[in-house]
Amino acid sequence: MASFYGFEPNNPLFLGTARYPSPAILADAVKRSGTEVVTVSLRRESGGEGAGQAFWELIRELGVKVLPNTAGCYTVKEAVTTAQMAREVFGTPWIKLEVIGEEDTLQPDVVGLIEAARILSDDGFQVFPYTTEDIVVAGRLVDAGCEVLMPWGAPIGSGRGLNNLYGLRTLRRHFPDIPLVVDAGIGLPSHAAQAMELGYDGILLNTAVAKAGDPPAMAEAFALAIRAGRLAFEAQPIEARDMAAPSTPVMGKAFLA
Amino acid sequence: MAAASTPYEKMNVAVIGAGVVGLTCAAELLGRGAHVVVHERGPGIGAQSCSWYAGGMLAPWCEGESAEEPVVRLGQEAACWWERHAGGVVRQGTLVLAPSRDRVELGSFGRRTSHFDEIDREAITALEPDLAGRFSRGLFFREEAHLDPRKAIAALAERLVAKGGVIHFGSGVEAADLDADIVLDCRGLVARDVLPDLRGVKGEMLLLRSHEIGLSRPIRLLHPRIPLYIVPRDDGLFMVGATMIESGDRRRISARSMLELLGAAYALHPAFGEAEIIEIGTDARPAFPDNLPRLIRRGRVIHVNGLYRHGFLLSPAMARMAADAALNPQARPEMLHDLAA
Repeated sequence: MASFYGFEPNNPLFLGTARYPSPAILADAVKRSGTEVVTVSLRRESGGEGAGQAFWELIRELGVKVLPNTAGCYTVKEAVTTAQMAREVFGTPWIKLEVIGEEDTLQPDVVGLIEAARILSDDGFQVFPYTTEDIVVAGRLVDAGCEVLMPWGAPIGSGRGLNNLYGLRTLRRHFPDIPLVVDAGIGLPSHAAQAMELGYDGILLNTAVAKAGDPPAMAEAFALAIRAGRLAFEAQPIEARDMAAPSTPVMGKAFLA
Repeated sequence: MAAASTPYEKMNVAVIGAGVVGLTCAAELLGRGAHVVVHERGPGIGAQSCSWYAGGMLAPWCEGESAEEPVVRLGQEAACWWERHAGGVVRQGTLVLAPSRDRVELGSFGRRTSHFDEIDREAITALEPDLAGRFSRGLFFREEAHLDPRKAIAALAERLVAKGGVIHFGSGVEAADLDADIVLDCRGLVARDVLPDLRGVKGEMLLLRSHEIGLSRPIRLLHPRIPLYIVPRDDGLFMVGATMIESGDRRRISARSMLELLGAAYALHPAFGEAEIIEIGTDARPAFPDNLPRLIRRGRVIHVNGLYRHGFLLSPAMARMAADAALNPQARPEMLHDLAA
């Protein structure tokens, strides 16, 4: 299993905590999936001293690691400030860094992302950057101190799966030793399995589970798919080919008269 | 008294809290022959209760998109109850629309709900002429209704007093101080002192006034992140709501939330760009972890709480069950949780 800043989860599903029908259903989804890390957005739940305390308590009671995020931040300054607040609230150096660059696609502002990643890494944070599959950007993020990369599959909440399979495969090959997590755009367990089959180390998702008709069942489906995909990767899949290759060889076949 | 035949007549019930839950419970018990005194810490009916900021949609089927089955089923009692006890129920249904780029959201909404018709541009125009040509598809929940929460609460309180109920304002009492046979604790989020599972879910709303546009029914505007609704009221007023933020904060209204609410109104119709802002409001809804309401019986105290975003929708059913539990210690209404006294 990959190591995320020294943490080696058995289950590489990272689950977002927003927009479930209720905290009780969120808790069920976490339990049924066996997820060990949940992401929590700071900005939308805050609002004064201890105002979001009850929700924090519910998250803490889940007994899983918390990866705070800077969801909805559009500037470096905003993201850095949110990260600092999150470190204080959750007492963790982990931060899922989002610097959004475009409102319709919510795609990352990779220039701002690299700058914010450097500032936060220098400040002792362990940064999980939400980025694209661009390998040059990925290299800059590693230079900035990131030991994990989180490329998108597709725009946040779109449920489209892996938009650029070629790009994601290339990223994996360029960074064989950096833990890679597909973050955003996953809609179906088969998308998650596909990413794991490519050799990715984890999947981060929220909407696909939270907005499913039965979130706990969908969370379990994702956990199973991720396990299947990982196992398939380790089992070394065959290469696709253009022509049929008979699975039963003709040579050596017994002749039955 | 003439109708002295019910066995409950002599029961003294104290209700703490004159929000939507307290007043519906009081009305229900009074209707069943109990002697009812309501204690409200505020100076009158009003803004100290989160129901003051409610949308007033009696939309059980729409709520089924994100709420669990009991909300849809119990919510179906609401329109009749309010018609009978307060009046002012408008039965014009609910119209669910989505901007063209978010039209896929209509499909998801439809899969999670029932009791609607899929309608096209012409049908939308027929229902809401002022929206002519602006939306090409929608869902029409024709059996749903809405009311003006502030008027409904005032009418309910007025009829309660007219029928012999008593409301003490400025009366911040504790259940232990009251020597009633049964105390209904309907204090909402304030009851966190004895109900530690209760949490606040903040909502922000605004009231606009426009005479350039008229709507006959609540409109829900779907959007992947911020589904919002607009409810028409009398005198050109429109209630736009409401955010859902995991926070017990009851005071601060963020610029972002106002942007989202105003953006939704403007997306529905540009005439809202010229509307007058009459009020912006915020409060926190009381909710349990499953977002379902509960009756919690502790000896002679019954807590009625956790109605979350469904105060007007679920308080009639909860009041019915609270009255069952209050009048009959053997009763086991479905949302009841018994606790040791």
